[in-house]
Amino acid sequence: MTSKKARLIQGNRACAEGAMAAGVRFFAGYPITPSTEIAEIMSEELPKLGGKFIQMEDEIASMACIIGASLTGKKVLTASSGPGISLKQEAIGYACMTEIPCVIVNVQRLGPSTGGPTSSAQGDIMQARWGTHGDHPIIALCPSSVYECFTLTVTAVNFAEKYRTPVYVLMDEIIGHMREKVILPNIDEIKIVNRKRPTCPSNEYKPYQIDETLIPAMADFGTGYKWHVTGLFHDETGFPSGKPKVIEEQFKRLMTKFDKYSDEILSWEETEAEDAEILLVAYGSTARSALDAVNILRSEGIKVGLFRPITIWPFPEKRLKTLAEKANKIIVPEMNYGQLILEVERICKDKASVGGLFKFNSLPITPEEIMFKIREVL
Amino acid sequence: MRPELQKLFRMDKLPHIWCPGCGHGIITRAIAEAINESDLDLDKTVIVSGIGCSSRAPGYMHFDTLHTLHGRALAFATGVKLANPELNVFVLTGDGDATAIGGNHFIHAARRNIDLNIILFNNNIYGMTGGQYSPLTPTGKIASTSPYGNPENNFDIPALAIAAGASYVARGTAFHDKLLIDCIKEGIKNKGFSLIEAMSMCPTSYGRRNKMGNAADMLNDLKTTAVNINVAKKLPPEKLEGKFLIGKLHHKPYPEFTQEYDKLIAKLQKGAE
Amino acid sequence: MKRWKFRLSGSGGQGLITAGIILGEAAVIEGKEVVQSQSYGPEARGGASKAEVIIDDKKINYPKVVIPEVLLAMSQEAADKYGTEIEDNGLIIIDSSMVNNFKNDKAKIVNIPITKLAKEEIGKTFVANIIAISALVNLTKVVSFDSLKQAVLNRIPKGTEDINLKALEIGWKWAQSN
Repeated sequence: MTSKKARLIQGNRACAEGAMAAGVRFFAGYPITPSTEIAEIMSEELPKLGGKFIQMEDEIASMACIIGASLTGKKVLTASSGPGISLKQEAIGYACMTEIPCVIVNVQRLGPSTGGPTSSAQGDIMQARWGTHGDHPIIALCPSSVYECFTLTVTAVNFAEKYRTPVYVLMDEIIGHMREKVILPNIDEIKIVNRKRPTCPSNEYKPYQIDETLIPAMADFGTGYKWHVTGLFHDETGFPSGKPKVIEEQFKRLMTKFDKYSDEILSWEETEAEDAEILLVAYGSTARSALDAVNILRSEGIKVGLFRPITIWPFPEKRLKTLAEKANKIIVPEMNYGQLILEVERICKDKASVGGLFKFNSLPITPEEIMFKIREVL
Repeated sequence: MRPELQKLFRMDKLPHIWCPGCGHGIITRAIAEAINESDLDLDKTVIVSGIGCSSRAPGYMHFDTLHTLHGRALAFATGVKLANPELNVFVLTGDGDATAIGGNHFIHAARRNIDLNIILFNNNIYGMTGGQYSPLTPTGKIASTSPYGNPENNFDIPALAIAAGASYVARGTAFHDKLLIDCIKEGIKNKGFSLIEAMSMCPTSYGRRNKMGNAADMLNDLKTTAVNINVAKKLPPEKLEGKFLIGKLHHKPYPEFTQEYDKLIAKLQKGAE
Repeated sequence: MKRWKFRLSGSGGQGLITAGIILGEAAVIEGKEVVQSQSYGPEARGGASKAEVIIDDKKINYPKVVIPEVLLAMSQEAADKYGTEIEDNGLIIIDSSMVNNFKNDKAKIVNIPITKLAKEEIGKTFVANIIAISALVNLTKVVSFDSLKQAVLNRIPKGTEDINLKALEIGWKWAQSN
């Protein structure tokens, strides 16, 4: 499937190929722009690999379907956009609560509602964090190139498996639809992670055991463990419990289970950030414009840098805080009305002044617009 | 409980949460009897449910059990079955769960003729939330959200399932439990979408409001209102007024979804060799 | 090498996105960096449609073309909509069989009856995009003819090699004689 050859492919294709390279063998989806190419590619390729593709009757069903498939031990993925991601929220919450590995690709389009199906936007940043009801943990990764659509989908699958959690790949229309030259890694260069499965006898199995790893083993349905999965609060054995102590213990484990692994989960990229007086915080396709702005302004001697969170949730807070101590000003360009800036402000408000550059008219933010904003605050 | 049935239950989770007089316990036992008599590999049997009174049943049953979201049981079950067609997959659902919030999943699972065994516990009401009318509450009946009588029409579930593509459709009741067991067993044998509507009763939230007497009276109602389809064939239409049919209502096997998908895989992989 | 920015415009169904991909893939064959994007939606069938290609030796960040230096316009609507957005001394290739009215003093304009050639010389209008891209490559030399030819052969359906190669030749020769 992948050979070390330069190719000109779309972000959506790179994402689908990344999923298959990571071992995804089950996809359920529903047609929606601008993510449909992923479903189309999966429908063609998965059965050749012995995998399964199904187009469900709606977005809710496709999310539910991949959770069911994951319980049989398969690596699973769904892809959608805008209204589709809104519909999936109920079942995403179920996967958070029951800790079922799955990957949700969101090729962001302009919202709310039907919004702009073929227009790019980054308006689902907070939805990815808090879209479903109740407190819950989530991981969201944000590619800014076609190459990263491949590699971060692999990472997303690995994280889902390792940490027993839903993981978002937060793309945007520009990244999903553009074609870019890439040389993808060979299959043998790709690190694959499989979920931890129980080795104990079935009568000793605790699917929500609290131990030092915080990530319990998960048995495949059909292997004799006969365990119970429920979206109700449950104890270590998986059965419903309304005891406040049990709820609190399990809730705490759920909400803190990524903290222990933040070195692996958190990733970001820095460009000229170390000595930057003005620091851009940009992600996804907008980071590409920010990078142009940094390169041009640096050649003029202006100390501008870029901090690009690759893991958006949880946010790489510590590192940004350190950089904010040196920078006077932080600018957050994003294709929305101001979302990630809320997190950046929370982290940096005592260290640097934080301003935004927001665009929400369906057009991308250009390097010129970012440079104009920087010159304005100089 | 007989020892051979005990191994199908999580005895430590009993007694169940259902109200006294609820028909769900009888239906759950009928499912266990049918599984017991069908020689299924218990390690390879998965029971899926949605939300509601009936959907609590899998929690008491000793299998891989999946208590999902309101209305979504069939979508989860489709994922389980398609991902691993070796598994025997049962879906226990209620009238609100399967035909209101889950109505779309219901018709599409039937359309695919995916090999699932659906037992729809029909107590004509949303019991768990305290007695609101469902798509299977008969017109005119009182519920907490139809205090002047249900102004809506109700579904004919077997007719809906047949129209949508179910290959096996039957109906039993909490009174006709032997027939119910036979229907479930036949449904298990059918390779495809099998729907068994199991008429239950809810004295607490439905019977009381509609002055239907106690649980025994409601059970007696099921007995006297149900007509076996084989008997009904010989009766004039006027004798069937106000009655409902029980027994095997439809059986028409045709290619099953997961088997067809596996054929596609085999064909593509052979072509690639 | 300098950065090349192309905008290929016309109406949906003329194969402009395919032409953009072929141009991009020819540049990939030569080891260049390429980003290609397009307009989507109802515009993809009828109406004004565009594909954009950026080619460079260096990494390309911002993926969209703001002002192209080479514009191909294959419909009157596209010429009207995009015809004024061009770099000074840029190049505009006009399908003169589809565009009647066009003027731009800033750029060099090359008129080629692309669709007419496809119809009369080959008998298939669907190869107009290949004629156009061949002329465009000849006029800019952004990639070699061989790379373009290889990219075309990689992309087109089996059994259409002959007519596509013929289209390549026609476009190439027309550009040469201009």
